[in-house]
Amino acid sequence: MAKSTLMMNGREVGFEPGQTILDVARAHGVDIPSLCYLKDCTPTGACRVCLVEIKGARSLMAACAMPAAPGMEILTESEKVVKARKLNIELLLASGRHDCVTCEANGDCTLQDLAYRYKISELRFERPEKWYPTEDLNPMIIRDFSRCVLCGRCIQACNEVQVNRAISFGYRGAAAKIITSGDKPYHESDCVFCGQCVEVCPVGALKEKKAKGLGRPWEVEKVRTTCPYCGVGCQLWLHVKDGKIIKVTAVEDGAPNQGRLCVKGRFGYDFIYSEDRLKTPLIKENGEFRPASWDEALDLVADKFKGIIAEHGPDAIAGLSCARSINEDSYNMQKLFRAVIGTNNIDHCART
Amino acid sequence: MTNSFADFAKAKMLLVIGSNMTEAHPVAATFLKNAVLKGGELILVDPRRTDLAGFASIHAPIKVGSDIAFINGLMHVLIKEDLYDKKYVDSCCTGFETIKAKVMEYPPERAAEICGLDVDMIYQVARRLAAVKPAMLMYTLGITEHTCGVNNVLSCANLQMMLGNVGFECGGVNPLRGQNNVQGACDMGALPNVYPGYQKVGDPQAQAKFEKLWGAKLSDKPGLVMPHMMDGLVTGKIKAFYIFGENLANSEPDIKHVEHCLESAEFLVCQDIFPTETTRFADVIFPAAAWSENDGTFTNSERRVSRVRTVSTPPGEAKPNWWIFKELARRIGGQSWTSNSAQEIWDNEVSVEAPQLCGVKYARLEGDGLQWPVPSLDHPGTCTLHKDGCFTCGQGRFTPVDWTPPAEVPDAEYPFTLSTGRRLYHYHTRTQTGRCQGLNDLLGEETADISPADADSLGIEHGEMIRLRSRRGEVALKAKVTDQVPPGMVWMAFHFREACANWLTNPVFDPVSWTAEYKACAVRIEKL
Repeated sequence: MAKSTLMMNGREVGFEPGQTILDVARAHGVDIPSLCYLKDCTPTGACRVCLVEIKGARSLMAACAMPAAPGMEILTESEKVVKARKLNIELLLASGRHDCVTCEANGDCTLQDLAYRYKISELRFERPEKWYPTEDLNPMIIRDFSRCVLCGRCIQACNEVQVNRAISFGYRGAAAKIITSGDKPYHESDCVFCGQCVEVCPVGALKEKKAKGLGRPWEVEKVRTTCPYCGVGCQLWLHVKDGKIIKVTAVEDGAPNQGRLCVKGRFGYDFIYSEDRLKTPLIKENGEFRPASWDEALDLVADKFKGIIAEHGPDAIAGLSCARSINEDSYNMQKLFRAVIGTNNIDHCART
Repeated sequence: MTNSFADFAKAKMLLVIGSNMTEAHPVAATFLKNAVLKGGELILVDPRRTDLAGFASIHAPIKVGSDIAFINGLMHVLIKEDLYDKKYVDSCCTGFETIKAKVMEYPPERAAEICGLDVDMIYQVARRLAAVKPAMLMYTLGITEHTCGVNNVLSCANLQMMLGNVGFECGGVNPLRGQNNVQGACDMGALPNVYPGYQKVGDPQAQAKFEKLWGAKLSDKPGLVMPHMMDGLVTGKIKAFYIFGENLANSEPDIKHVEHCLESAEFLVCQDIFPTETTRFADVIFPAAAWSENDGTFTNSERRVSRVRTVSTPPGEAKPNWWIFKELARRIGGQSWTSNSAQEIWDNEVSVEAPQLCGVKYARLEGDGLQWPVPSLDHPGTCTLHKDGCFTCGQGRFTPVDWTPPAEVPDAEYPFTLSTGRRLYHYHTRTQTGRCQGLNDLLGEETADISPADADSLGIEHGEMIRLRSRRGEVALKAKVTDQVPPGMVWMAFHFREACANWLTNPVFDPVSWTAEYKACAVRIEKL
């Protein structure tokens, strides 16, 4: 069957059945801006930022929700589209306290980017005067309702991506709010602190508490690594400023986790900065540990091992490697035991 | 895992046995839940009504340790009702007659009685599994942490072969590994019976190969497994013990016994990033670089080798672990190992020596890594093992196994079964998560999870302090009354020192894998 085609900004492009206009645009490098759209989730069409003009349609349509059809003639950046899009962005800007200077999302905010792209320089509409109070009660996530644009991405992330079903839309009209069951704070709800809601929040409404004030996006270097906890091996971005991890996000579209993390992967990184870290070799003397140089500690162990090998044979020494550390560490440890000490008494906790 | 995490969300039928995935492997569980939302079917087999039960079409709450009886019962129905994959069994497998004879001894009525299930449930599960192909089986430590752990695993494999589900996308037998690099540590040969890449100690060819590569005479005698090393400390057979990054004093069963072993060590070396309950017993402690202070690789459950990258230097004098071992090699044996970074170790040694990893070089690991086997530099990696039922070893071998009960079952004195595992907010002995801001606020103490029925009959309120006692020890902690737990069971984790499940657990082991029976011991509950 020949591929279906449609016209996008005067160019003929092919598409697969089931693709939305937004899918088709992105597949062909046409940049339709979006805000509420969340990949692989049911489109909500809530923010009206991705509006496009379709020839013959009575009104502008949300590209994220509109299925592509053969022969459609679509304009993604026409005067009519830009005017409506701009209006919608202005309304979003007026919906809350979008003062970027004091916002943690400054520099990493879709609404800010949209306002800039569409050259919005002043607010024509009045902002509401009151908002729901910020929830800062749990240790991980700050919920700043004054900055929430009610796009619903957090709800989709919670219900469709992570399927934890902890949040949904609550109340109506101007009182609308993202709520947990019974509108309880996160830590008293079904929330399991995976932080996927924070990951997908396009504005500054949901933010990592531990990262607050520690670095702006443009000051941060992102380093890709693998999570140190369970055996799924999630891919992480470490956000590093001055050699220190200030927060962790998921590698989008990376295998195996496809942009998802759990509470430990996202928030369990700061143990490395604990003051309890062992910083120097220690030797026990009269029941107490005392600091020692590497030379002294290594030589002590080497001499002791050599003595035991000489007296009792290599099989009198045994070692356990670490299932948390890197492959190369386990490799070198088993090589030490086999090729230097001369025993196969090397194991690790795979069996426990 | 024979298959990949990418299969989870696409699977049409999922059988999860002994895996509390939403807490122990939360991200894997999200894909499984996605599959259910898209119309896939989940069958959950677990003594506890864990969160996944809310997504399951059938939750079979089998008694702790009755997995083999359950699976033999399923296979009995599959054969009796001619629902098994005859073509697959005939062309891809051997030993069908022997497994048939064995499972005929497990009619559903008998299996149901052992498992504490309604007999209809066994018929129902067997028929549902046979109705959708392929079905994907996942298990975790609920299968392996038993004195019959190996037989439990064999049962999972038997069932999946009989259903013709091994070797296909969204099928297979998939153990979720508990630790980030437990797969890798095995691959690297940190096991007493294999060299890197599972080449057997005792195989003269493998020995000759590594003697040449490492320029040293090697022992042909397989080494000791961990429980025997520990026993050796007490008997004096083992004089020196070197523990790298393990907190045995909390993580092993029967803490009193473990600490007695550690105390008995003539010379104990610990290498770690923190002082732990285990390092107290050390004679020398080496301070090590941690996760983000190392360049290197981890290998996950689906055999994917992924990069780990450095963001900062280790604190104080702490050093990379590989460097410490290299230094000891020089000082003990006068050996001068040439590899001087994790990358050099991998590229010049690991990937040269392990056949499955020949095609894996750091240069190929920049993005999503590679799933072994990767036999050559142009090989894309392997998502599914035993492709199309062509087993790596030739044919899939059915291994008949009998059900055996846990070593310690409830009696008049200790009338409850204690089962153990992990909770969402902490990891193992909390050496790491206990030092992360906020995680202790989300979960600050251990509880003894008991059923409402038992709480009621013992007169215990939710949140009340109680004492649990086993033949090995006792702990005092709060009761958590939850309908996740069936009557007759107590459930605990091993994250917190004072109320660690391992004061109570039973140091008995599977005779092949030497995995401890963390999932079952007998306890009694005392009101305080």
